[in-house]
Amino acid sequence: MAIPHNLLRGGVILLLLALAVAPFWAGNFGIYLIMQVMLLSLFALGFNLLLGYTGLLSFGQAGFFAVGAYVAALILLEVPSLLLGIVGGVLAAGLVALILGYLSVRLTEIYFTMLTLSFGMMIFSIVTRWRAVTGGDDGLTGVPRASLELPFLSIDLSALSSYYYFVLVVTILAVWLMHRIVNSPFGLTLQAVRDSAVRAGFVGLPIRRYRLWSFVIAGLYAGLAGALLAPMERTITPIYSHWIYSSEPVLASLIGGIYAFAGPIVGSVLFIGIKEVVVRSTEYWMLVMGIIVIALVLGFRGGVLGRFQAQQKGD
Amino acid sequence: MEIYLYQGLIGLTYSMYLWLLAAGLSIAFGVLGILNFSHGALFMIGAYLAFTFYGMLGLNFWLAVLLSALSVALLGAVLERFFLRHIYTLDLPFQLLLTFGFVLIFDDLVKMAWGGMFMIPPMPPFLTGSVPLFGRPFPIYNLFILFVGVAVAVGIWLLFDRTWWGRKVRAAAWNREMGSMLGLNVPRLYMVVFMFAAGLAALGGALSIPMRPVTPGLGTAMIIQAFIVAVIGGLGNLRGAFVGAIVVGMLTVYSTMLFPLFELFLPYVVMAAVLLLRPQGLLGGR
Repeated sequence: MAIPHNLLRGGVILLLLALAVAPFWAGNFGIYLIMQVMLLSLFALGFNLLLGYTGLLSFGQAGFFAVGAYVAALILLEVPSLLLGIVGGVLAAGLVALILGYLSVRLTEIYFTMLTLSFGMMIFSIVTRWRAVTGGDDGLTGVPRASLELPFLSIDLSALSSYYYFVLVVTILAVWLMHRIVNSPFGLTLQAVRDSAVRAGFVGLPIRRYRLWSFVIAGLYAGLAGALLAPMERTITPIYSHWIYSSEPVLASLIGGIYAFAGPIVGSVLFIGIKEVVVRSTEYWMLVMGIIVIALVLGFRGGVLGRFQAQQKGD
Repeated sequence: MEIYLYQGLIGLTYSMYLWLLAAGLSIAFGVLGILNFSHGALFMIGAYLAFTFYGMLGLNFWLAVLLSALSVALLGAVLERFFLRHIYTLDLPFQLLLTFGFVLIFDDLVKMAWGGMFMIPPMPPFLTGSVPLFGRPFPIYNLFILFVGVAVAVGIWLLFDRTWWGRKVRAAAWNREMGSMLGLNVPRLYMVVFMFAAGLAALGGALSIPMRPVTPGLGTAMIIQAFIVAVIGGLGNLRGAFVGAIVVGMLTVYSTMLFPLFELFLPYVVMAAVLLLRPQGLLGGR
């Protein structure tokens, strides 16, 4: 069952309009939640390029998220330029992803998952132990929401609602770019590699190189989410690099559906939403999340959006 | 020099905990083909149950350990029968995610039942005290753990290599369809194997209570250690798990002593190096 194209387009436009006026109807806490959804969406979209489109399950994405967050925070604590901080964080995460990805894509399946887990935890160890730079367990505090310096223009973003618009614009651009990526020849090739690496290899595709670029893009998106988080929370702690945190994009993608482009986004909305609703009545939100995960795996592996999309499984 | 030998013994004790922990993980992966993310949670539940039976209800220590292992084995039966059995044919990410769902549920259930604080029960009286070794007092409880670790290793080896049941399990693990064709009740066999693996995790947890605090975060801390050990030895390889446990135990003790800054970092380096250079593990054959 497919959703008519113009209906989808109309829905997206309505959503964007609602987001554009969010500070007027949602309040400060509301836009804080929406920002959390947007950051998790970016994090999960990158992750799902690896899982849904390339067929590789990474359990170390928090490592790249943390590199983005810490580098952005360190830059912002020195130089009050938002753009420099964000770009620096993203590039650092991409560089680390390039190096670790070069090693990781030599393996597949469970071995790939275990290797990414160990790389992620190496970053966690560095973050907790390298006190002089990262602040150890206490993390980095007082990260400023610096102004956005553009040519002829300096925009003050110190208020949460102003920063919200910055995150919104960046998120829209990044989602649009990801949509372009997965529908490009590159994105289609990734799916071919996922469905049958052997056949893709016979056609002459350099499989590892494709997997590596997918890995790097996932790392860049994780880094972007982390870099945007630093000025939002103003405090960065090592939990953002722990493997438990790596499970958030995994759960979000699974809930929304890993074989649909918007799956990770819908999943992020549900993940943050469910957590928020459950936490209001009981502190045991993980219990609810666990039951949902098990129900999804046993009954609805396509996630929420799986109902709407035909999906094929490779060998 | 003596301090190194003494620390080596401490490290071996830690290794035996890791072995008890990773043995079940390895068996489940080797036979059922499922990497059980919730294995650390089973270890934790074993610890909490033993704490309740022994520290709170005042049962005999042995009885408490036995009851805790049996209870978690029963829990394992439920998990296998109602959940794992339906996912053997699924892709790896989904298998991993299902067991990750258990982690989330067990963590919260443990918090509900026992609260968030951490607790250390008293040491069983006949295992308290110490003997002088290398000029330092070595706890008798550590000697006891060393003994249990080796005994469990020998026991598992006898069970899988020298009994008819073990032979059936190996046949079913080697080729499920062929096993069924030869008249083995493979689903039943898998369930018992998973019960055994779960019970082993709980045994490790139960025996750890006099040594380390029981906290809700125990499961997530232990599963990562179990992964490191199992990967270094070779996923699904039991002898490998034993060797991996000794490697990680030694590495942890000596790096804490010599370069404490890297104590957390080094096991992951070894894990990654093994994966890259020898993905089948130090002792892996396949």
